[in-house]
Amino acid sequence: MSQATSRSTLAAPAGDAGTARSGTRIRLTGVTKDYGGAIPAVDGVSLTIEPGEFMTLLGPSGSGKTTTLNLIAGFETLTAGSIAFDDADVGSLPPHRRNLGMLFQNYALFPHLTVAQNVAYPLRERRVPKAEIARRVRDVLDLVQLPGRDGDYPSQLSGGQQQRVALARAIVFDPNALLLDEPLGALDRNLRSTLQAEIHRIHREVGSTFVFVTHDQEEAMNLSDRIALFHNGRIEQVGTPEALYEAPETLFTARFLGDSNVFPVDAAATGSVAWEDRVWPVLPGSVSPRVAAGAPAALVVRPEHVRLAGSPDAVPSGASSVVASVRDVEYMGSYRTALLALGAAGLPGKARLEASDARLAPGDAVVAWWEAERQRMVAA
Amino acid sequence: MAQTPSGSGTDTTTLAAGARGARRRARSVDPIPWWLVAIVVVVALYFMLPTLFVIPMSFSSASTFQFPPKGLSLQLYVNFFTDPVWLRSLGNSFLVAILAALLATVVGTAAALGLHSLTGRWARLARTLLMVSIVTPGIVLAVAIYITFLQWRLVGTPLGYVLAHAAIGVPFVLVSVTTALGGFDPKLLRASASLGATPLRTFLRVTMPLIGRGIVTGAIFAFVTSFDEVVIALFLRSPLFQTLPVQMYNSVTVEIDPTIAASSSLVVVAVTAVFLIPQLVGGRKRTRRS
Repeated sequence: MSQATSRSTLAAPAGDAGTARSGTRIRLTGVTKDYGGAIPAVDGVSLTIEPGEFMTLLGPSGSGKTTTLNLIAGFETLTAGSIAFDDADVGSLPPHRRNLGMLFQNYALFPHLTVAQNVAYPLRERRVPKAEIARRVRDVLDLVQLPGRDGDYPSQLSGGQQQRVALARAIVFDPNALLLDEPLGALDRNLRSTLQAEIHRIHREVGSTFVFVTHDQEEAMNLSDRIALFHNGRIEQVGTPEALYEAPETLFTARFLGDSNVFPVDAAATGSVAWEDRVWPVLPGSVSPRVAAGAPAALVVRPEHVRLAGSPDAVPSGASSVVASVRDVEYMGSYRTALLALGAAGLPGKARLEASDARLAPGDAVVAWWEAERQRMVAA
Repeated sequence: MAQTPSGSGTDTTTLAAGARGARRRARSVDPIPWWLVAIVVVVALYFMLPTLFVIPMSFSSASTFQFPPKGLSLQLYVNFFTDPVWLRSLGNSFLVAILAALLATVVGTAAALGLHSLTGRWARLARTLLMVSIVTPGIVLAVAIYITFLQWRLVGTPLGYVLAHAAIGVPFVLVSVTTALGGFDPKLLRASASLGATPLRTFLRVTMPLIGRGIVTGAIFAFVTSFDEVVIALFLRSPLFQTLPVQMYNSVTVEIDPTIAASSSLVVVAVTAVFLIPQLVGGRKRTRRS
C-alpha cells in the first residue's frame, strides 16, 4: 500500500462514477496495429461503441478482433489512430489507469487468493474502506449468484464458478466498460449457454458498456446489441445481429453468419441477374450498397428461405427457381436439412425442410425455389 | 501488504492440505525395490560421513585433532566463542553472505522476470552469460576478480566480498526463479493491470506470492554459496577483514588449531538450518495448483 500512484487509477479519464454506471462511450478512430507482418494485425479500424451498449467483435482467428480488444485495454500500443473514452483520449494511458474490467478465457483468477480476496482486489487497489469492500464483495457475489463461497480458493471451484468469480471481480469496481475476451471458450456447451444468459442478465442490471470478443457467431447473435465483424484486420460490417444476418453487405459476412446458398453472379445487369440458364428478378432493396457494377458479386439465399418442389409446375409464379438434386438429408433435432446439388454445375446448397418434405431421399430430383425478396445481392 | 484472511480461510487451508496429503499417499503406492533403498543409504552416508566425523571431534577435550575423540568437553566451543578472531570472522561471514544473497536475489529475480518474457537469440545469450560463473573454475574466477578489484581498490573491503559473492550467487537465483515462473500464468499480470494495479503493486501482490518459493530457494543457495566460499575469499582477504572459511583455512595451515572442528560443526548446523527454513514454512502454506 505504498504507491501514491495507485490512487490516481480512480481518476480514470472517463470521469466520475455516475458515467461509469451508465457506461462509457468508446471511440476508435483509424486504429492500427502493425507487427511488421504482410498486413497489419489491425488496419484502420474506426468504431464507436455507445454507452451501455453490448458490442461484439466477431471474426475468425487472426482477424484482429483480439488485438483490437487488447488495444482498448492498453495491453498493446497503437501503431496509428486514437482511442477515446467519452471525450478523453486514452491511447497513451497504461492499462491500470484505464479503469476497465476484463474477463479472460482461462479466468485468470489469482490462485493464492480466496474468492473474496480476488473480488476485493480491485477495491483494495483503489483504497476503498474495509467495511465498504466487505459490503460490495457480498453484493457482487450475490449478483453473480455465488454467495457463500467467499472463503474458497479458485482451485476448489468448477470452471463455470471460476468465471462467475472473475465476472464479479471485473464489475465490482464500476469500470468504464467490461471487456470480455472469449470468456466462454473453455466451458462445455450447457454451461456456456447458462453463463451466456448470466452475462446477458448482468449487462442489463449493471448497464455498463460491454465489449465482447468471440469467434462463435451463435454467441454473438444471442448476446449483442451490435456486432462488428472483423476480416483481415478490418471491420467488414457493423450492425445489429438482424442486420448482419438479413442484410449482409459482403459474401464474407453472409458466409460467417449462418448458412447460405451462394450463386456467383455478374452484377452488371440491373433488375435481373443470370446464373447458368436461369434469369432471376432482383429487387432494388435487396442489393448491398457494396455491390459495384462489373465487380464480382454473389446472390445469397438462406436455407430456411429455400423451398423444394417436386416439379417446375409446383413453383409459384414470380418465384426464382433452379433445378436441384438431393445429395443427403441431415437430421438436426428440431428440423432437417437437405444438402443439395444446384443447377447443372451441382453447386453445393442447403434447404431447411418442412414437415411436408418428409418423403425426400438422397438422389431425388427437385426444384429449389424462393421468393425474390428473400434473396440478397452481396459483394463477393 | 497485510492480507486479511477471512474467518473461514483457515478451514479451507487445512482442508486443502488434507487433500494434498491424500494425493501424496495415493501416489506412493508402488513398492520401492530394496536395491534402490540400498543405493540411497550408500549415497546418503557418502555425503554425511565427513559431518559424522567432525561433529563428535568438536566435543573433544584434546588440544589436537583426534578421532575418536578422547574425553568430552565444550572446550573447543569455548575457544571459538571467546576468541575475537573467530568471532569477528563469523560476523564478517554472516554480513557478507546476507548482503551478497540479498543483492544476488534482487538481480537474479529481476533477470529471471525479464528473460521470462523474452525469447530469441539475445535472451538466450543473456541467460548464458548470467550462468557463466557456475561453470567457470573457481580459481579462474578468483584471479579475475582479484585483478579487477585491485584496480578498483576493492580487495579486502566488505563491498568487494559482497560484489564477488553476489556475482556467483546470481545463477542460483536465476535458475530457481525461472523454474518457479514456469508454472506462472502471464495472463494474471494483465488481469491485475486491468483491475487497477501498477506493475510494482502487481509484482508485490501477485507475482511475488506465486513465485515466492523460487525466490526464497534462490536466496538460500546464494547465502550458502557465499557463506562457505573460500577460493575468492582467500584472494580478497586482508588482515582487517576475512571471512570464516578463510579463518578456518588459516587455523589449519598456520596454527593447527582444533577449534576448526567447532567452527565446522557450527557451519554445518547453520547451513542445515537455513535449508530447513523453507521446508518448515512452506509445509503450512498452500501452493498453486491449476
